[in-house]
Amino acid sequence: MPADQTPGQPAAGGAHAASLDPAATGGAPRLLARAALRDVAWEVGVPKPDPAIVVDGVTRSFGGLTAVSVDHLEVQRGGITGLIGPNGAGKTTLFNLLTGFDQPNTGTWSFDGRPLGKLAPHQVARLGVVRTFQLTKALSRLTVLQNMLLGAQGQKGESFWRALVPGTWRAQERANTEKAMELLGRFKLDRKKDDFAGTLSGGQRKLLEMARALMSDPKVVMLDEPMAGVNPALTQSLLGHVKDLREEGMTVVFVEHDMDVVRDISDWVVVMAAGKVIAEGPPQSISQNQAVVDAYLGAHHDAPLTIEEEDRVLAEAEAAIAREQHAEGDVIGSETRREENR
Amino acid sequence: MGELIDAFAVALKAGLGFQAVFLALLAIGINVQFGYTGLLNFGQIAFAMLGGYGIAISVSQWGLPFWVGVVVGLLAAVVLALLLGLPTLRLRADYLAIATIAAAEGLRLLFRSVSATPVTNGTRGLSGFNAEFVALAPWDTARRYGILGTQWSGAELWVTAVGWLLVALASLLIWLLVRSPWGRVVKSIREDEDAVRALGKNVYVYKMQALVLGGVLGAFGGMVYALGTASANPDQYQNANTFLAYAALILGGAARVLGPVIGSMLMYFIIQFADTGLRTLIGNGVIPEGLLSATDVAQIRFVLIGLGLMLLLVFRPQGIFGDRREVMLDAR
Repeated sequence: MPADQTPGQPAAGGAHAASLDPAATGGAPRLLARAALRDVAWEVGVPKPDPAIVVDGVTRSFGGLTAVSVDHLEVQRGGITGLIGPNGAGKTTLFNLLTGFDQPNTGTWSFDGRPLGKLAPHQVARLGVVRTFQLTKALSRLTVLQNMLLGAQGQKGESFWRALVPGTWRAQERANTEKAMELLGRFKLDRKKDDFAGTLSGGQRKLLEMARALMSDPKVVMLDEPMAGVNPALTQSLLGHVKDLREEGMTVVFVEHDMDVVRDISDWVVVMAAGKVIAEGPPQSISQNQAVVDAYLGAHHDAPLTIEEEDRVLAEAEAAIAREQHAEGDVIGSETRREENR
Repeated sequence: MGELIDAFAVALKAGLGFQAVFLALLAIGINVQFGYTGLLNFGQIAFAMLGGYGIAISVSQWGLPFWVGVVVGLLAAVVLALLLGLPTLRLRADYLAIATIAAAEGLRLLFRSVSATPVTNGTRGLSGFNAEFVALAPWDTARRYGILGTQWSGAELWVTAVGWLLVALASLLIWLLVRSPWGRVVKSIREDEDAVRALGKNVYVYKMQALVLGGVLGAFGGMVYALGTASANPDQYQNANTFLAYAALILGGAARVLGPVIGSMLMYFIIQFADTGLRTLIGNGVIPEGLLSATDVAQIRFVLIGLGLMLLLVFRPQGIFGDRREVMLDAR
């Protein structure tokens, strides 16, 4: 675990160059992302060899509650970064901030060096950062194919006046349809193309949402709980698709609760709790990280306690109570005595 | 029996008359906004009033040519749509609904107020602005014409013919739009705005376009009505017309190109048939005077319409043209 890692060392620089051209290296991006991150320190806010997204000092509070307070975070390009944390840790809020769906109180963040702070959601999406939602947003009363076609960028026929002249957009529409069918085939939804998206099962909607996002040829894909509510068989196929995104050179950030999934596909894991990033590192480092274990399970998680341990904990607690009693006088003291007598 | 056939002829005329055109154009506008884009415009009549008064004020008060009046009416509708849309379209759908319903009522009260009398002539309204339009008719407008057992004056026939031409053009426009990628985007906005934003579309602009387009169609409706009645009076433009147009749209089938057109024709036909039919039945004693008097008919016909709509929503919620599978889908 070399802590003195700096970006731009030979190995990391090589990974950078290669990850920009995934087609040339075939199945290598996975290894490249791993290799690039191998020498990065397991520290919060550590610089990455080739960051796609850089977050600096972002805070967002709702009234008195600080939902997100991230000092510094970098997301490696071409890798799969898992974002985990207990409920209410601020993962989805961070997603909303990064994609323009919410505005922060302070802070800046950038994608490929371009600041994203003031952009509206659609502008962020046009730069190539596309997201999916925790509660799947399939457009129910559109067919599956129409859902897909919506994802394509730069459509001429989406302008009001050109829409009236079909000749101006027909060719583009045909090309988009071909691309959509190819993607639907990959996600095994091609036979459903003329069904309303509202008739799909929950898992199929997740697949559709991911496929739709890919129609826009994104550079960064942000998936908010892609596996939530999906049956185990489909989870495997979704996992395969997420890995494929990396193989195609995309940067993937995803929120997930299932640790097996996280361990399986992440190159790097970022752990959030109470709005802060509390740990970063490769997946295998996370389960050993004391801060993470505490955040998820509380300090005394090794249930059930043995009798000796229980006695020891009890004795410690009593000692603490006794000290407090001593220090703070009778009101609290009588309370705690009653507690003890019960 | 002969009297009922007469009632049928009267109702047929109502279903084909300029009132039906007026309702159809309002409903086509609402169809763009509500049926396709999911915007709740509860003040469509305000756009119609601006259209009608655009001609009336320009011609009667300012002495401008008829065509300038048309342009003034359309511009006023565009400005109203922008004013209503700019602050509310970034917010939830309810805000537009509140703003539009308030604007419709507020504008009507403004137009009939004493302080506006120099321009709008207050509650007495304006008239005598359609001569230039009627003169355009290719036939003799002083004669009366009989069509399918109904009697039409030449001017009425001309307004109605131009009105249906407008309806046809509007329907063609909507048909072209909704089968284009533009239509796909607005339908997606109806389903879920955030999903559309996340795919790089500027939702705000599309909503504004739909609001303006619907408002302009409503203004055309108001123009047809003003020309048909040859007068413009603020109280012709009661907001109940907006809801009648919604009912017509739902009857015909929302988010269908011909839904609002057929719905409006049918709506006027039913209203008029119920009216004349009931009066006939009361007149020749089939319905005893004690049960229903002729003065109650005006109210009772709307009760019948309401009843009919309820039955429609129970047995055919998609309307006449709608797709039941589509309507029954959970909207999430």
